[in-house]
Amino acid sequence: MPVAAQPGRPAVALPAAAALALARAGFARWATYRQAALAGMFTNTVFGVIKLSVLLAIIKQTGGTVAGYDRDQLSTYVWMSQALIAVVAVFGSSDLAQRVRTGDIAVDLARPLDLQLSWLATDLGRAAYAVFARGVLPMVLGGALFGFSFPTDPAAVALLAPAVLLAVVVSFACRFLVNLAAFWVVEIRGPLTIYVLTTNLLCGLIIPVQLFPTWLKVLAYATPFPWLLQAPCDLATGQSRGWAAAGTVAAQLAWSLALLALGRLVLARATRKLVVQGG
Amino acid sequence: MIVDVEHLRRDYVVRRRAGRFARTRHVVTAVDDVSFSIAPGECLGYIGANGAGKSTTIKMLMGILLPTAGRVRICGLEPVAQRTVLARRVGAVFGQRSQLWWDLPLADSFRLLGAIHRLPEALWRSRLRECADQLELDELFPTPVRELSLGQRMRGEVAAALLHSPELLVLDEPTIGLDLLSKERLRGFLARERTERGTTILLTTHDLTDIERLSDRILVIDHGRLAFDGTLPALVSRVGAERVLVVDLVEPAAPLADVPGTVLRTVEAGGLRQHLAFRPEQTTAAAVVAAVAGRVQLRDLAITEPDIEDVVRRLYLSGG
Repeated sequence: MPVAAQPGRPAVALPAAAALALARAGFARWATYRQAALAGMFTNTVFGVIKLSVLLAIIKQTGGTVAGYDRDQLSTYVWMSQALIAVVAVFGSSDLAQRVRTGDIAVDLARPLDLQLSWLATDLGRAAYAVFARGVLPMVLGGALFGFSFPTDPAAVALLAPAVLLAVVVSFACRFLVNLAAFWVVEIRGPLTIYVLTTNLLCGLIIPVQLFPTWLKVLAYATPFPWLLQAPCDLATGQSRGWAAAGTVAAQLAWSLALLALGRLVLARATRKLVVQGG
Repeated sequence: MIVDVEHLRRDYVVRRRAGRFARTRHVVTAVDDVSFSIAPGECLGYIGANGAGKSTTIKMLMGILLPTAGRVRICGLEPVAQRTVLARRVGAVFGQRSQLWWDLPLADSFRLLGAIHRLPEALWRSRLRECADQLELDELFPTPVRELSLGQRMRGEVAAALLHSPELLVLDEPTIGLDLLSKERLRGFLARERTERGTTILLTTHDLTDIERLSDRILVIDHGRLAFDGTLPALVSRVGAERVLVVDLVEPAAPLADVPGTVLRTVEAGGLRQHLAFRPEQTTAAAVVAAVAGRVQLRDLAITEPDIEDVVRRLYLSGG
C-alpha cells in the first residue's frame, strides 16, 4: 500500500519518558489498594509456613538435606518463592483480556504507543510495587523465624536483581500471550485456568524443581515457567552460582526475548482480524 | 483534505446457532460503499440510528478496524498501517469509554498523556492550562477518575483528547448522558476550539442540538449507506421535518384547524391543549403564534423540534 510522505519525527515504539510514566502509573495504581496488598501478604506468609513445615518434615526423613538443599536453604527457597508470588503474578492476570472483552482496547490502540511494550512498562511498575508491598514482609518475617542462608557467591548476588526483573518479563510475556486469546475466544477463563495450574506446578512454586522426578524436571525445563520463579530462587539459595548463575540469567533473557517476539507476532495477527466489541 | 474516504465497506461475519452443534455463517455489511471527505477546519456531523454503521466507520478512520474494501486517508496517512503515527495527529473521545486512568487522580492522566505524546514540558504546561481554564478542571485534578461524575469525567476526556493539539478531533457521542448545562458548556468549548485553532471535528451524536450548534455539514448514514450529505437546513427542508407548536388555552376551544401554514395534529383535554405542526420554510413560529393568539386566549406555549430519529426516519420514508 502506498504510504504518503508525512512530516514530523518517526514513531518510536515506546519513548523512555512514556515508559517511565507508565511504570509509575502501574505502581501508583496498585498502591491505591493497600488492604488488598496487606491481605495478600498475610496469605503468602501463612502458606509459606505450611510449605516450609512439609519440606522440613521431608528433610528430617532424608537426613538433613534433599536435592542439595539444607535446612536454611529450604527456608530461603520458601520465603523467596512466597515473596515472588505477587511480583511475578504467578496466579495470572486478565486486565488486557478484560479490555478486549469490553472493547476498551480501542482506547489503547488509539494511542501513539507500542501496545505490548506499553503494557510491559505498566506491568514492571506493578511488579515494583509488589516487591515492597508483598515481598519484603514474608522474607523478613520468614527469615527471622525459620533461618535464612544469604548467597555468598558474588555472581549470584550481583545477578539476583536482574534475575527478578527478567522473571517479571518472562511472566509478563506469558500472560500477554494468554490474554491475547481474548481476541479469538472473548472469554479467557478456560485458557487462564489451565495456564495458572500448569505454571504453579512447573515454575517451582509448590516444591523446588530440583525435587521433581527426572521426567517432570525435563518437562518443566521445556517450558518457560521455571525461569519466572525457580531461577531467581536458585540464585538466592545458592543452587546456581558462578557461571551457572550467569547461564540462568542468560536463559531468562533468551526466553524473555523469544516470548516477547512470539507475543508481537500473535498481536499482529490479532489486530489484523480486530473487531472492537461494543458501540 | 483531512479525511478522505472512498467506497468504504466493512462486512462482519456473524455466526448463529442452528441446532445443537451447527452454526450458520451470515455476512452482515455494516458499512456499504461510503464516500466522503472533510476539509481542514470543517465540523462534520455524522448521524444515523443505532446500528447504522457510525461506530464502524469511526473505528476504520482511527485504524483500529480493517476495512473490507475501499480506501481511507486521514491526514494523508493510511490508518491501519500507520496507526501509531496517526494517533499523534488525531484526538478521540468515545463517549462510552474512558481514556483516563481509572484509579488515579485526574492530574496523573494528563501527565501520562503528555509523556505518551512526547509534548515538551513548556508546551504541555501551557496547553493543559488552556484546557483546564476553559473546562474548569483545576478543582478536579486531585480526584481519582473513578470518583468523578459523568459530566466532570467528560470534561476530562475532552481535555485528554485535545492535549496534544490534534488536527482532527473525533467525537463519538460526546454529550451522551450529560445534563443540559454540561452539554452547553461542552459545546461552547468545542466551538471555540474550532474557531480559534482551526481544529477539524467529526462528530457523531443523537442530539440534534449538538449538530445545530457545532456542525455546518451533516452526513446521514442508514443501514450502512450514505443517505444524505449537506447542511442541516437542507436536510430539514428535504425531509420536510416539522416543528410543532403546542398551545395550552385558558378555556377549551374548538379545534384550530384554520391557522395558515399549519396542520392540526392533535387536540387534547377537550380542546385545552392543541398541537399545530408547521414547516419552517413555509411560515415562522411568530406568525403561527400571532394567528393563534388572534383566535383564542393563550395560557402557555411550547415548540418541539424534530429529533434526529424523526429526521432519519423521514429521510428513509422519502426514499433516501
